[in-house]
Amino acid sequence: MELNAKIPSGPIDQHWTNHRFNMKLVNPANKRKYNVIVIGSGLAGAGAAATMGELGYNVRVYTYNDSARRAHSIAAQGGINAAKNYQNDGDSIFRLFYDTVKGGDFRSRESNVYRLAEVSLNIIDQSVAQGVPFAREYGGLLDNRSFGGAQVSRTFYARGQTGQQLLLGCYQALQKQVRAGNVKVFSRTEMMDVILVDGVAKGVVLRDLVSGRIFSDTADAVVLATGGYSNVFFLSTNAKGCNVTAAWRAYVKGAGFANPCFTQIHPTCIPPSGEYQSKLTLMSESLRNDGRIWVPAKAGDHRAPGDIPESERDYYLERFYPSFGNLSPRDISSRRAKEMVDTGHGVGEMRNGVYLDFKDAIARLGQDKIRERYGNLFAMYETITGEDPYKVPMRIYPAPHYTMGGLWVDYNLQTTVPGLFATGEANYSDHGANRLGASALMQGMADGYFVLPLTIGDWLARVKPGDTPVEHPACKDAERGVKEKMDKLLAVGGKTSVDTFHMKLGKIMWDKCGMSRDADGLKSAISEIAELRDQYWKDVRVLGNGESFNQSLEKAGRVADFMEFAEVMCYDALTRDESCGAHLRVEHTDAEGEAKRDDENFAFVSVWEFKGVGEEPALHKEPLAFEYVPLSTRSYK
Amino acid sequence: MDLTLHVWRQNGPRDKGRFETLPVKDISEHMSFLEMLDLVNERLIMEGKEPIAFDHDCREGICGTCGLMINGVPHGPLTLTTACQIHMRHLKGASEVWVEPWKATAFPVIRDLVVDRSAMDRIIEAGGYISVRTGSPQDANAIPIKKIDADMAMDAAICIGCGACVAACPNASAMLFMAAKVGHLGFLPQGQPERYDRVLNMVQVHDDEGFGNCTNHGACQNACPKGISVDFIARLNRDLIKATLSYKPYEITAV
Repeated sequence: MELNAKIPSGPIDQHWTNHRFNMKLVNPANKRKYNVIVIGSGLAGAGAAATMGELGYNVRVYTYNDSARRAHSIAAQGGINAAKNYQNDGDSIFRLFYDTVKGGDFRSRESNVYRLAEVSLNIIDQSVAQGVPFAREYGGLLDNRSFGGAQVSRTFYARGQTGQQLLLGCYQALQKQVRAGNVKVFSRTEMMDVILVDGVAKGVVLRDLVSGRIFSDTADAVVLATGGYSNVFFLSTNAKGCNVTAAWRAYVKGAGFANPCFTQIHPTCIPPSGEYQSKLTLMSESLRNDGRIWVPAKAGDHRAPGDIPESERDYYLERFYPSFGNLSPRDISSRRAKEMVDTGHGVGEMRNGVYLDFKDAIARLGQDKIRERYGNLFAMYETITGEDPYKVPMRIYPAPHYTMGGLWVDYNLQTTVPGLFATGEANYSDHGANRLGASALMQGMADGYFVLPLTIGDWLARVKPGDTPVEHPACKDAERGVKEKMDKLLAVGGKTSVDTFHMKLGKIMWDKCGMSRDADGLKSAISEIAELRDQYWKDVRVLGNGESFNQSLEKAGRVADFMEFAEVMCYDALTRDESCGAHLRVEHTDAEGEAKRDDENFAFVSVWEFKGVGEEPALHKEPLAFEYVPLSTRSYK
Repeated sequence: MDLTLHVWRQNGPRDKGRFETLPVKDISEHMSFLEMLDLVNERLIMEGKEPIAFDHDCREGICGTCGLMINGVPHGPLTLTTACQIHMRHLKGASEVWVEPWKATAFPVIRDLVVDRSAMDRIIEAGGYISVRTGSPQDANAIPIKKIDADMAMDAAICIGCGACVAACPNASAMLFMAAKVGHLGFLPQGQPERYDRVLNMVQVHDDEGFGNCTNHGACQNACPKGISVDFIARLNRDLIKATLSYKPYEITAV
C-alpha cells in the first residue's frame, strides 16, 4: 500500500493556494459528462453534492435516512469554530491551526489542518448567506463564544442547535440543486459495497431499504461521507442508524483505514438509567462554560447533593487544572470523570455520574440568563431524567461521541483506492488523536463545500467519463456478494437477536478499548471479538425476508461489519504503544495519571490494510512532520 | 409497570392494516417510549414474530425521524417533545396505549408505523432555500441583522420536519411546516429577493402533493415538538396574498 500524502510544497500558508492553481480543471462544457456518487447527506455529503451540482457535474446522493435532512450532523449542539477574529481577541488562521494540531496531540497532518483553518472563514460567510440564523448581538453583528478549551471566542452558534441549522442550510442548497436537475437524492437506500474495475472505484452496490432490491450504480468517482463509527460501542451519542458499513466495505476493497483506535469520549452525556438503555444523550459541552463539575469528596457519600456542604465537595477539574478548570479538553475531562466514578465517588441512583452544577452561575447571572443560554438543554435534561437542573445539579458521564480515525486520505481527500474519496468524519485527516469542540462541523463543511468539489476535479480531469456500464461483470460480482451475505444472515435462524450481539460487542469494546486501554485487555478483546463473531454467524436470529422493508436485516448487516471492524480497532490500540490524545494506554502514564506521548517512536499515522476476516491486518505508516507547531507536551495545569 | 399495547400493523402500502394487541409486562418508568418498543420487539423476535417497524434515528428529538400517534396524540402526551423523548413515566400509569402511524394522504404507509414523508422534501425543493453559490458570499458581518429579526428567524428555523403538524391537522395540511420555512427565510435580508417566488412555488407543490388547506384549527401548533407558532401561517398567508395579487416575477422592485 503506497501512502503518498501529496502535500504541496512551499510555505504552509501557500499550500492550498498553490495546489488550487496546480490542479487540473475540467472544462465547463465537459462537466455534465461526469457522474459522481455521494454516500451520505450530512454536512460533508450534502455540501459536496450541492457544490458539485452547482459546478455542473451529475451527482447522485444516497442516504439510509428517509430524507437528506436527517443526517446525524443535525445533532451537533454547541457550535462551529472559525478564525474570523470578530471579537478582536487575537485569533487568526494560524492560531486556529496551531490549536487544532496541538489539541490533536500531534497526530494530524499539518498541511490539511492549515487548510481547514483557512477555509473556516468561508464557511461562516457561506452559512450566513444561506440564511443560517446564527446568534447575534444587539448591534446586529454575529455573536461568538469560547468553547471546549479555546482561549479565544471563535465559536459561532445557533442556540443549542448549531448542527441542525448548518445541516438545514446544506440540505436546502441540496434540494435547490435537485430542483435544478443537477443532483438526484435517493433516500432509504444503503450502500453495501464499492465496485472496483482494475483497482479503480467505479461505483457502488446499493440496497433499496423499502423494496429490498439490490442494484449497482456506476460513476466516475465515489465520495464516502458516511460519518463515524462510535456505534461500535453500542451505547454512544450517535444516531441509532450510524454505522461503519460503507467505510468498512471500502477497507475490505483495499482502502487503508487510519488510526481506527482514536475515538473521542465526550465528557458531558446523561448517564445510563438501566440495562435497556438504547443510546446516550449528549448535553452540549457549552454547559461547562457556566457549570462547575464536582463529586462528593468522600467515596461512598450518598447524601443528596444539596445536603453536601461546600467543604465536602471536590471540584476536581478546578483542583487538577487551575488554569483550564471545567473547560479542560474532552479527553482529560472524560478520563478524570471515569476515575472519580471508579474510585467510588459516582453520583446518582446507579453511582455512574458526576455533578455539573449551575448553582453559582444562577446566583451570579440569574435564572433568566441561564435559561436564555441553555434553556433547551435544561428542558431536554428534565424530560429524560425527571430532574430539574435549575434546582438539582445535572448528572453527567462520558460517552463515545466522535471518531477521529477513518479512511486514510491524501491532501485531495482521496483514499488509497483511486477514484474513491472520503470526507467529514468518515476520513481521519484533521483531528489527530483528539478533536476540539466545535471543530467537527467545521471539518464537515470545509471538506464538503470547499475542498472536495475542487480536488475531485483534478481526478475527473484525468479519467474518461462514463466508461463502466452497470452490466459490467465487476458490478454483477459485487451484487452477488451482497445478496449472498443477506441470504446468509437470514438463513442462520439462531436464537439470539441482533441487538443482543451488538450489546455484547459494545461491552467488550467499552471495557477494553474505551477510555483507557492496556495490552492484556486488548489482546483478550481481540480473541473475544473473534469468538463473538463466530457465534453471531451461528446463532443470530433475523426474521422476515430480504425482499421487503426489514429493519432487523438492516441492523444485522451493520452489526456484522462492526464485528469485523472492532478487531482492527483493537489491533490499532495495541500497536500504538504510547498514550496520545483520546488514546490512553495505562502503561504510558506519568505519576499523576497524565498521558505520556512517545514522539520518537509514534509520530505517524497508522494505516491498516485488510488481509482477510479474522486475519491480522497489515500496518503501514505515514510519518508526520511538525514544521510549524513545535512538538510539545500538552499541559492544561 | 405493565400495560396493554395496541399497535398498528400493516405489511405495505396496499395492505389494509389492523391493530395488534400485545400485553407488555415489567417495564421501567425510566425507559423511553422507543426503548419500550425495542423491548417489545426483542420479545417478539424471541417468539419468532416479526418486530414492529418504526422510524427513529437520533433519539434526541432533533433529527425529526420518529413520529408516532400515542393515544391519538402526535408524539404523545407531553408538549414540546418528540416521541423519542417520551419516557414511560410521562404516560402517568395509562394501562392501554394505542400506537399509530401519521395518517395523511400525502404520507403513504411503508410498513407498520413507518410512513413516506418525501412530499415534505419536495416542498423545500420548490423554494425553501436562499440561492447562494458556494464560495461567492461577502463577509458574514457585512449585513448586520437586528437581533429580534434573527431570533424570529430562528424561532421558525427550529422546525425538524417530523410531520406532526400534518398528523394533527384535521385537513392533513402541511401549512405550519411550510410557514416555518417561509418565515425563517422571510425574516432575513438575504431571503428577500426570492421571497414571493418562494411562497408561490412552495404553496403550489404543497397543494399538488395532496396536503389539505389550513382552516385555523391550531392543532398543529399544539402538536409541534418545537413549539412553532401558527403566527407564521398568518405571515405566510400575508406573503401569499401579496404575491398572488400584486407580485409579478420579473417586476423591478428597486427604486
